[in-house]
Amino acid sequence: MIRLERRPTPSRAWGAASPLLAVALTMVAGVLMFAALGKDPVEALRTIFWDPVFGEFAWYFRGQLLVKAGPLILIAVGLAMGFRAGVWNIGAEGQYIVGAICGAAAGLAFYPSDSWLIFPFMVICGALGGIAWGMIPALLKVKFGTNEILVSLMLVYVAENLLASAAVGWLRNPDAVGFPGSRNLSRWDASSNLELIAGTGLHWGGVAAIIAVIFAYVLLTRHLMGFQIRLAGAAPRAARFGGVNTARLVVFCLGFSGMLAGLAGLFEVTGPAGQVSIDFASGYGFTAIIVAFLGRLNPLGIVAAGLLMALTYVGGEAASANLGLPGAAISAFQGMLLFFLLAVDVLTNFRVRIWQGATA
Amino acid sequence: MTLKTLLAGAMALGLAAPALAQDDPVKVGFIYVGPIGDGGWTFQHDQGRLAVEEEFGDRVETVFQESVPEGADAERAITQMALGGADIIFTTSFGYMDATNAVAEKFPDVKFEHATGFKREHPNVATYDARFYEGRAVTGTLAGYMTETNKIGYIGSFPIPEVIQGINSSFLHAQKVNPDVEMVVTWAYTWFDPAKEADAARAMIDQGVDVILQHTDSTAPQAAAQEANANGGRVFTFGQASDMIAFATNEDGTPGPRIASIIDDWSPYYIERVGAVIDGTWEQQASWGGMPEGEVVIGEITDAVPAEAKAAAEEMIAAITDGSYHPFTGPINKQDGSVWLEDGEVADDGTLAGMDFYVEGIAGDIPN
Repeated sequence: MIRLERRPTPSRAWGAASPLLAVALTMVAGVLMFAALGKDPVEALRTIFWDPVFGEFAWYFRGQLLVKAGPLILIAVGLAMGFRAGVWNIGAEGQYIVGAICGAAAGLAFYPSDSWLIFPFMVICGALGGIAWGMIPALLKVKFGTNEILVSLMLVYVAENLLASAAVGWLRNPDAVGFPGSRNLSRWDASSNLELIAGTGLHWGGVAAIIAVIFAYVLLTRHLMGFQIRLAGAAPRAARFGGVNTARLVVFCLGFSGMLAGLAGLFEVTGPAGQVSIDFASGYGFTAIIVAFLGRLNPLGIVAAGLLMALTYVGGEAASANLGLPGAAISAFQGMLLFFLLAVDVLTNFRVRIWQGATA
Repeated sequence: MTLKTLLAGAMALGLAAPALAQDDPVKVGFIYVGPIGDGGWTFQHDQGRLAVEEEFGDRVETVFQESVPEGADAERAITQMALGGADIIFTTSFGYMDATNAVAEKFPDVKFEHATGFKREHPNVATYDARFYEGRAVTGTLAGYMTETNKIGYIGSFPIPEVIQGINSSFLHAQKVNPDVEMVVTWAYTWFDPAKEADAARAMIDQGVDVILQHTDSTAPQAAAQEANANGGRVFTFGQASDMIAFATNEDGTPGPRIASIIDDWSPYYIERVGAVIDGTWEQQASWGGMPEGEVVIGEITDAVPAEAKAAAEEMIAAITDGSYHPFTGPINKQDGSVWLEDGEVADDGTLAGMDFYVEGIAGDIPN
């Protein structure tokens, strides 16, 4: 008989080891799954994890890793801040969408001007859009005690409908004979968010992600707000008695994560995606939740987790195209990563006892 | 474009895109928007891919990637396929338009074929589409005959010219055989979303619609009609993109909702274009084939349809196929009553490709 016994404090060693163990277990399960699908598992793993970084076309795919990891890291850093404080923003996808719509709309209002001020203005509007969407669950929670998980999640569906109406209606490209989708922002010089250093895939979103990581790291380790965030998450009652203003904390966390998600949306819509289209939302807001936990809610951990997640996307696509792996197998592979992480995390909080006899 | 310089460098070193030797198989790539098992749009494109394999045997090698989202990821998926050595790549959804052109610029030696789009920014990009409105003329005729409530429904995906052509063609031909017919149009704003499509179908049935035409790709409206029929209803549907023959019977074995279908058959086009790459005769073009080319096919008309209606439908198929009839032949007025086509006048392709108006008799506005 196996019994779980709660640890008095979470194990630090297991906390650090569990992501690595989860990755290893995912690999093992992945090998079994690929073999069951009749594909050479070693080749599949090599295509997913090795080729994008060291293979023949790594010069292209390394850049794509940054393109993919940038928004994930940017969003996850904001989410992690809230998760640490016990503020559960599940609706980053919605904030991402609204940020993109606001930023795009702000820019397109000046089309076809070529002023250099347009892009910075769009960035500000994208951030404000994300903040505004994050403020809805924040204020409802502070004023009426609603549950921010539900409100923020439901607002994702509202945002998706806003996106659809923008793409087929009020932001539609007037030159596209009725076809849905806005003008292509990445092809309009004033709004395009292209690679800063050619061939690296690094665009302004990546720069923003780096700044956000540093900012979050400093805030959490050196600033009173960071201390309050950690305290509120670890011991909510103590935090209240200690004079932490919970309402302010909720507003800060949802506003901060909303802003970063909105920025991620703006950099995506002006860069890799190019236009506000029905399918603009590609799930970064949800995947970032996995990234945040995989990175142990630690800004530096999130960088590594974001890059790893990007690798499974980029490599997964390669495996799907070159080896004929079904698209669903790649999704299952990513899902297993979170599954094993949560499973292994049990060891962080619990001790496993092999227990014999019928005492107790 | 640095990628281009990098690539040029790589090619100079002979690392990427090895020159096409005579006996190397031609590598043909397909980018799909849905899963190949969707039973509709993507399924039909994949049938086209299989037909290419069958036609050319070991002279070709095909690769595909399914469920590629129409957004930021499309460009990488297409680039990946080009890097992987594809000689021709078919991108089979409208939303890949800008991505296809962007990748084409970086790979001037690879041919790109974009389905249903209108941008050909580089000499190595061709576009292709099918005249689905020809099929709509046949299903519209059948709808006009079959309706008893004189209300037919049309589930539209997006208010784009291709869909509006279908709505107008269906309505005109239903009206021809049934002057009292009315049409209800519902916009689903999706190409494939079984839940939304089923909701749209149920809402129509509740309004008294008894024939449903769809411009979305799932079989959900067919299932909704089958469900209504199991509860004493009398609702008919048409297979879309694929034959959807499974819905030709109701659950109790009586003739079911699906009475005919419009099948997209991309095989002739894919075989022709891949053949052109093999022969070295590929050139940029904008192809718009229909029934005469075998790209739009009407699936089996079931026995639920009376002989008179079936004969009318078959006559129309024959007339469109031999070129003696164009579904948009005047006199046709626009919705506001103004003249669009004079008696005997035939619509030109330019107007059709930009169609943004309903014909006279359809109620409601095109969302804008």
